[in-house]
Amino acid sequence: MTTWTQTLRRRITRRTPDDAADPLPDSGQLGNAEAVAVEIEPNDPILAYLQSAPGPVELDALELDSVAVRDLRAAGVALVVPLISSGELIGTLNLGPRLSEQGYSTDDRRLLDSLAAQAAPALRVAQLVREQEAEARERQKMEQELQVAQLIQQHFLPTMLPQPAGWSIEAHYRPARAVGGDFYDVVERPDGRIVFAIGDVTDKGVPAAMVMAATRSLLRSAGTDELSPGAVLAQVNDLLHGDIPSRMFVTCLYGILDPRSGELRFANAGHNLPFLQTDDGADELRATGMPLGLMPGMSYAEVEHRLLPGQLLLLHSDGVTEAHAPDREMFGTPRLHDVVAGRADDRGGMLARVLSELEGFTGIGWEQEDDITLMSLRWEGQTAPVTAERVFPSRRGIEREALAWVAETVSGSGLAPARAESLKTAVAEAVMNAVEHGNRGDETLSVEVRVERRADELVVAITDRGGGRTIPITETPDIEAKLRGDQSPRGWGLFLIQSLVDTVRESSDESRHTVELVLRTDGGNER
Amino acid sequence: MSDRFSAATRREENAGVIELAGVLDGEAAGAMTEAYAAAAADADRILLNFEPMTFMNSSGIALMVELLARARVEGRAVHAAGLSDHYRHIFEITRLSDFMTIHDDMASAVA
Repeated sequence: MTTWTQTLRRRITRRTPDDAADPLPDSGQLGNAEAVAVEIEPNDPILAYLQSAPGPVELDALELDSVAVRDLRAAGVALVVPLISSGELIGTLNLGPRLSEQGYSTDDRRLLDSLAAQAAPALRVAQLVREQEAEARERQKMEQELQVAQLIQQHFLPTMLPQPAGWSIEAHYRPARAVGGDFYDVVERPDGRIVFAIGDVTDKGVPAAMVMAATRSLLRSAGTDELSPGAVLAQVNDLLHGDIPSRMFVTCLYGILDPRSGELRFANAGHNLPFLQTDDGADELRATGMPLGLMPGMSYAEVEHRLLPGQLLLLHSDGVTEAHAPDREMFGTPRLHDVVAGRADDRGGMLARVLSELEGFTGIGWEQEDDITLMSLRWEGQTAPVTAERVFPSRRGIEREALAWVAETVSGSGLAPARAESLKTAVAEAVMNAVEHGNRGDETLSVEVRVERRADELVVAITDRGGGRTIPITETPDIEAKLRGDQSPRGWGLFLIQSLVDTVRESSDESRHTVELVLRTDGGNER
Repeated sequence: MSDRFSAATRREENAGVIELAGVLDGEAAGAMTEAYAAAAADADRILLNFEPMTFMNSSGIALMVELLARARVEGRAVHAAGLSDHYRHIFEITRLSDFMTIHDDMASAVA
């Protein structure tokens, strides 16, 4: 047995005449004897000698240049009986001089030989049991470590996620057996904004869990006063650097979302990019930066994006994209992109969908390689358009009341300030047209203004009583001709309307005429 | 809100300044004509300060065209300052900005 011969440490029973009066010693010691340990080095020649010895070996007669032989002699050993199991030397039975002070007889040796033949397999079994026990103890120790890591991890993950009105925020975390150091956090600030983070610590087990816990706490504390995601990451990076083992680092995506406007600002420290589910697919939102804890003094660029009602932001850890199928193919980012892009009827079921795709890909009985973390922020929004309507008396100057009302109605709907200004001017022009042309200055009539918010557009409809009227197709006014006095200086209204909104639709029946001013809210014409 | 239009004039070093305040729409026509006459009385250069202006519509643009046409006939340069981003954009799409010199603010306009 190789393991056994590495360091051979046997117990020798030696007679101690001084204790002869002691009738029954404790703990398995035989007669008046004392166990003395003799260590035999794995390269000692006695091992080879005993391995091939035909039977018990008298040390006195042995001429061998061996430290063990000297030690055994010094310990009072006279006879060494090799214990051989399956052809391997697995131990020895060491005897002192015979009590009768005569040498061991042939009968003694035969008896010892047959005793050794029976004792060897029993000893071997005992050795195997002991080895297995040691292995089990090692396994148990590792299991306990895993539990500690899991405990730390779970303690630092949020138990409840904030749910701002109109939003659905979900997270899923499934640790790998070895606990990979993933984390996520979602906090609602007193001002209603949502702070979120997702991260991954390199390494596994207890060390990763400790760093994860530290990072989460640093992020939370940095995010209390700091509203810039880039500044939060820079601060935490500096704090972590030097505090964590040199080969460890943390990837982290950190963002702030205003659930009222859908405004999102985030920065990224080397983490997987988030996906934005849109009407016609999915986009990866790009932001780059060094992982946390590698180098001090890093800066993190911030990316801004405006989410729209009905859209969903998906964050993930590499445990998802780097999961393998039985044939070692990787799940990969493109596949995740396709899952996010696929329009599903099950609202809010994005995480379940990703997980079920993943399970289908990895197959049954998959041993998860790394932690899996997913987080989704979905603006449930409104499927039906939010409609606000108001009727204004048809008189000069009413356009400014109408534009103020429209401005108030669309405020907080996520329209960029410049776009809101453009819309206001366009509304004012359309209402002026309705009063002057549609209603022909008849102050007994009215102008109806309706604001509709659809998934990807904002529509302001202005209706007057000028049925059967169509708006002439406008050409760009010729300012040179106007300056020369060849044309009227007027005639800018329709041109302004068409220049300031994305689309102008008009419709009319016998009695009413409606102009719809349409602004795309998917970031189309960003002016 | 001081929406009522007013067009005070004053003399700067090298320009007759018109302070356009409040709402610049069709109603402002009379005041604009008077202000132009006053500003042009003793300066070749007209400087329009849009900073106090709260609102302008297509009728206001027509008034600007009229003013530019008159200045052109009289050979006066027209400068503008204090336009918000929104109205600067409108001046660009209507090409009003091609016929006047636009300054970021009054300080740079009179410098």
